[in-house]
Amino acid sequence: MTAALETYAEPVVTEHAVRLAGVGKTFGHGRRAVVALEEVDLEVAPGEFVCLVGASGCGKTTVLNLVAGLDKPTEGVIELNTARPAVMFQEAALMPWLTAARNVELALRLAGVPRSARRARTEELLSLVRLEGVGDKRPHELSGGMRQRVALARALASALHQSTSDSTPLLLMDEPFSALDAITRDVLQAELLRIWRATGTAVLFVTHDVREAIRLGQRVVLMSSRPGRVVEQWDVDGLTGPEELTAVEAVNARLREVISTHAAA
Amino acid sequence: MPRPDSILREVKPEPETDAAVGAGLDALDIPAAHARTGRARVRGFARRALPPLVAIALLIVVWQVLWALAIWPEYQLPAPRDVWAQIAERIPNGEIAGFLWVSVHRAVIGFLIALAVAVPLGLLIANVKVFRRGIGPLVSGLQSLPSVAWVPAAILWFGLTDPAVYFVVLLGAVPSIANGLVAGIDQIPPILPRVGKVLGAGRVAGVRHILLPAALPGFLAGLKQGWAFSWRSLMAAELIAQSPQLGAGLGQFLHNGSSLNDMSMVMAAILLIFFVGVGIELLVFRPLERAVLHARGLAGAL
Repeated sequence: MTAALETYAEPVVTEHAVRLAGVGKTFGHGRRAVVALEEVDLEVAPGEFVCLVGASGCGKTTVLNLVAGLDKPTEGVIELNTARPAVMFQEAALMPWLTAARNVELALRLAGVPRSARRARTEELLSLVRLEGVGDKRPHELSGGMRQRVALARALASALHQSTSDSTPLLLMDEPFSALDAITRDVLQAELLRIWRATGTAVLFVTHDVREAIRLGQRVVLMSSRPGRVVEQWDVDGLTGPEELTAVEAVNARLREVISTHAAA
Repeated sequence: MPRPDSILREVKPEPETDAAVGAGLDALDIPAAHARTGRARVRGFARRALPPLVAIALLIVVWQVLWALAIWPEYQLPAPRDVWAQIAERIPNGEIAGFLWVSVHRAVIGFLIALAVAVPLGLLIANVKVFRRGIGPLVSGLQSLPSVAWVPAAILWFGLTDPAVYFVVLLGAVPSIANGLVAGIDQIPPILPRVGKVLGAGRVAGVRHILLPAALPGFLAGLKQGWAFSWRSLMAAELIAQSPQLGAGLGQFLHNGSSLNDMSMVMAAILLIFFVGVGIELLVFRPLERAVLHARGLAGAL
């Protein structure tokens, strides 16, 4: 159990990887209070890939922070089926003084993996993200895409070690590819899908890119802005070709509609 | 192929093109590494070491010329040769080694005690709001108070003893080291402690694995300054506090020269004090700093 997670009630074991029920989050007090989230209900099944889309200010990142235990909800309950959801941020945020392998090892160490098992596990994770042989490079010697892959390996290190029978791994991703160039992003999206299938982890993926959400996710959840609420959900599993395009158009249209309501207000 | 104990499942291999494109991107994107060959190292060393050596040689030449012109009397401006003789004649009987040993071991011990005091102090100031508001300004203020000012108080409290000397050294070095650590911690990108938190680092593990290593560049700058301050505080203390109990360090050597009105001895002492201070910075702190910055890809100027 970590200090970060003790800040809210003991996670309840559920059949979901994570379940948010009536979750609200208000920043500040009194007249200056800002309601970031209101009555958010969201479920992610074990092994499911869910994408959270919405315009800026819709509280996508707040949702992730709450699930990650970086912040406490002001209302509602968050049920987790894992002691420690793994998080990947928009920036790789690797420790600049550690090599790529050591960065992954640090996560294993903090997760309580015994020293003898760490090296083999690190190698396995680095080869999973196709970074065999660069384990001894420092973050500044790697490209942006490679750094993000090390960050992915690190997040997986933290998520997977504890996947015993009664807990399901959960990976939270906060626009992890948005700072990368288009072709690198495209390759990394394919890599992420491959890794998701290989690891069986549940993923809650935040993005503002509808196309990306539909390509990656099995389910796309659209959130409104100020306060953030769940507006609509689409089942987009396995869509290809014209179906995929139709889905992108449908979600985009709804997103534009949601955004336009703010112009009137 | 995943091993039997693997955390991974079997997955059918993905199209080779993706892997190839990925590998191509990696090859293209990696920042070009500039490998340093042995010869480049030698050249780099020469480029760094030569200019100060030339400057020192020039200074000695100017000094020799001024002395030869005899503008000032000998007791004010001795010949470079006489100053060197003051040092050289004390080397065979071990007197210089004795001065150096007394002063340097004191400075090192004082510096280590200062380190042991300053690190917890800096961590408290950086992480606990009450301490930052209450003690932070005091520590910063102490940094600008010349530690010589503590010598009379130290002598009255502790007498002419080693603790009096260490007290002065501590008051000189602790504020610098603590402030360096605070500055180092303040400059940590906020994302790194968050990463530590989501990886499950508690308070102690967070300090050990994230906070301290992340603060290292700022902390090293503080250490360097702390060393300079402990060295100059020690010299002030040795110069003022004279007693057989304290033994003879470089400060006492300087004091003796001044008592004997022997300018060449005074200058010899000053030179020794200068070279020890600079020498330790160059031999200990500079390589340390270079290694730390280089590992993080920050070593542009060094």
